[in-house]
Amino acid sequence: MNRSAIDLWVGIFVAAGLAGLLFLALKVGNLASFNTAPAYQVYAKFANIGGLKARAPVKSAGVVIGRVADIRFDNESYEALVAINLDAAYQFPRDTTAKILTSGILGEQYIGLEAGGDGVMLKNGDRLRLTQSAVVLENLISQFLFSKAAEPAKEPAK
Amino acid sequence: MQIVAALRQRLERLGAGVTSHVWRLGFASRFLAYLVVHSGTALRRFRLTIAEIYFAGVLSLIIILVSGLFVGMVLALQGYDTLQRFGASESLGVLVALSLVRELGPVVAGLLFASRAGSAITAEIGLMKATEQLSAMEMMAVDPVARVVAPRFWGGVISMPLLAALFSAMGIFGGYLVGVQLIGVDAGAFWSQMQAAVDLRNDIVNGIIKSVVFGIAVTWIAVFEGYDAPPTAEGVSRATTRTVVTSSLAILALDFVLTALMFTGGGHGQ
Amino acid sequence: MLRDINLKIARGSVVGIMGQSGCGKTTLLRIIMGAYLPSGGTARVLGELTGKLDREGLYRMRRKMGMLFQFGALFTDMSVYENVAFPLREHAELPDDLLRDLVLLKLQAVGLRGAARLMPTELSGGMARRVALARSIALDPQLILYDEPFTGLDPISFGVIARLIRELNDSLGATSIIVTHDVQEALGVVDYVYFMAAGRVIAQGTPAEIRASSEPFVNQFVNGKSEGPVPFHYPAPDYGADLEPAAA
Repeated sequence: MNRSAIDLWVGIFVAAGLAGLLFLALKVGNLASFNTAPAYQVYAKFANIGGLKARAPVKSAGVVIGRVADIRFDNESYEALVAINLDAAYQFPRDTTAKILTSGILGEQYIGLEAGGDGVMLKNGDRLRLTQSAVVLENLISQFLFSKAAEPAKEPAK
Repeated sequence: MQIVAALRQRLERLGAGVTSHVWRLGFASRFLAYLVVHSGTALRRFRLTIAEIYFAGVLSLIIILVSGLFVGMVLALQGYDTLQRFGASESLGVLVALSLVRELGPVVAGLLFASRAGSAITAEIGLMKATEQLSAMEMMAVDPVARVVAPRFWGGVISMPLLAALFSAMGIFGGYLVGVQLIGVDAGAFWSQMQAAVDLRNDIVNGIIKSVVFGIAVTWIAVFEGYDAPPTAEGVSRATTRTVVTSSLAILALDFVLTALMFTGGGHGQ
Repeated sequence: MLRDINLKIARGSVVGIMGQSGCGKTTLLRIIMGAYLPSGGTARVLGELTGKLDREGLYRMRRKMGMLFQFGALFTDMSVYENVAFPLREHAELPDDLLRDLVLLKLQAVGLRGAARLMPTELSGGMARRVALARSIALDPQLILYDEPFTGLDPISFGVIARLIRELNDSLGATSIIVTHDVQEALGVVDYVYFMAAGRVIAQGTPAEIRASSEPFVNQFVNGKSEGPVPFHYPAPDYGADLEPAAA
């Protein structure tokens, strides 16, 4: 095997490896869609965020329009303060409602936005006033059990 | 009294074993440090390293591509079987891509790399030592670590992430072939769900970091075992076996540590 | 390992260091090439004390030395040409055509210019050693070391190597040290001999003096007798006593 053949093969190998990385980044990971687009940030407070995580999708009418940027605890109101990055292409009225929803029964949680009727649009740094917390499964179950227990029971619930 | 003596003997043997392993690890670390410091030749005369990329990378291509394809195809078959019970067969792309990018790509490619390229590096350096080629270099005032070991090390370190990326890409292609072409999962759902769920920073970049770490670990073990091998036929064959065993274990252990660091507890909020 | 060693090797001579396997010859050689440092006493090689040299200094000294390893130690992944070119490429930035001339000159000196394109695996043992010799003289060394240069050679190859050792030594104006246990063969090549046993020099002299030596060990060694100061039997308890327990 002479030198130029080795060079050629190494060149092919490195090019193919980089192409593989590019394929993973663009085709599999979708680099283009939400890293380069300009975004603006708004905030929302929730009494309970359930299992919401940073980078969870933000959807409106089922379309992904942004991502959860950051979640922290607000020590004054004892609520969760969620920062949301919204794609600059999408504008929402100021009285938009943010809800924490679950995809499927046990799927991952995301934030759903429902547009309101205000004429003024949200801008960078605004806070969404209307929020609805996550439905926590344990609370649902205990509610259900309590309502069952209130009925005349054959077996006492624990 | 006999029991005490026997116990004492066992403990002594355990202690000696631990001491020798720690000593060896320290020795290997010093070797790595020396190797990195004396990498000037390998980087300045990059042709030396290119030749080693050829041996470690290009010659491993076939086994990596074929294995990647089959692993992806099997993942798609098995994944579909489970997912369709929950009516979630559109998530097949997510399953295949995440398994490959996060875990199987770096790990399986690393294991194959260890047994294909790592063992070859150990055997080559060990044989050069056994046939006094390294001593001959030393006598010609050429540092064998700089001239022989460093290019092999960098060649392996550069090759490994590329091989892992190719393995993952090939695996996803295999998953696409079986999932979409053979089983008939909707192609649009396959790709779009995959794109929505796979994150560049958290999944792909972390997968690449893993493959870089595995590449360093495997090549380090391989060059050290070769350089440290007793200069006999038996010594070289043992060193080659040890390279494959040690680096496979190292990959799996490191994978656990890296996964724990990357994919749990790292997130904000909960 | 070694005791009471006192060697003086004159410039331009071919000196043999002989003795049984395991008598300390190789250790002595490694001290000369600076791989081992003497734990007591000093080694002055080419005017430098090896114990005082750092790595750079050692490498500088070795650039003036050539060494022929026992089985040649050719780089198996390079052609004959590349093997001989190796030290030149590593130490001198030469233009390609000058490098080529130099390599072919060295190969011509050992009579293997025609084999330049072969790989080491295609060479016979004697040829491989000649190529290794060409490689070790590539930088025109002042001191050439030979580690068992005659081992495993047929009589023709042996004759060729012996002739080359003498020719190269004289044409380069170098000094040669041959470490060997092939006494009979080596005595025909060297100017002066140091005879070693159990880590010390027990006899020295010109080949004629060594052949005529009355020292019983040298006598046994040179004439290849099975009995003498070195007994046929490895030390063992009394043969009869060793057999008894099994019989009992």
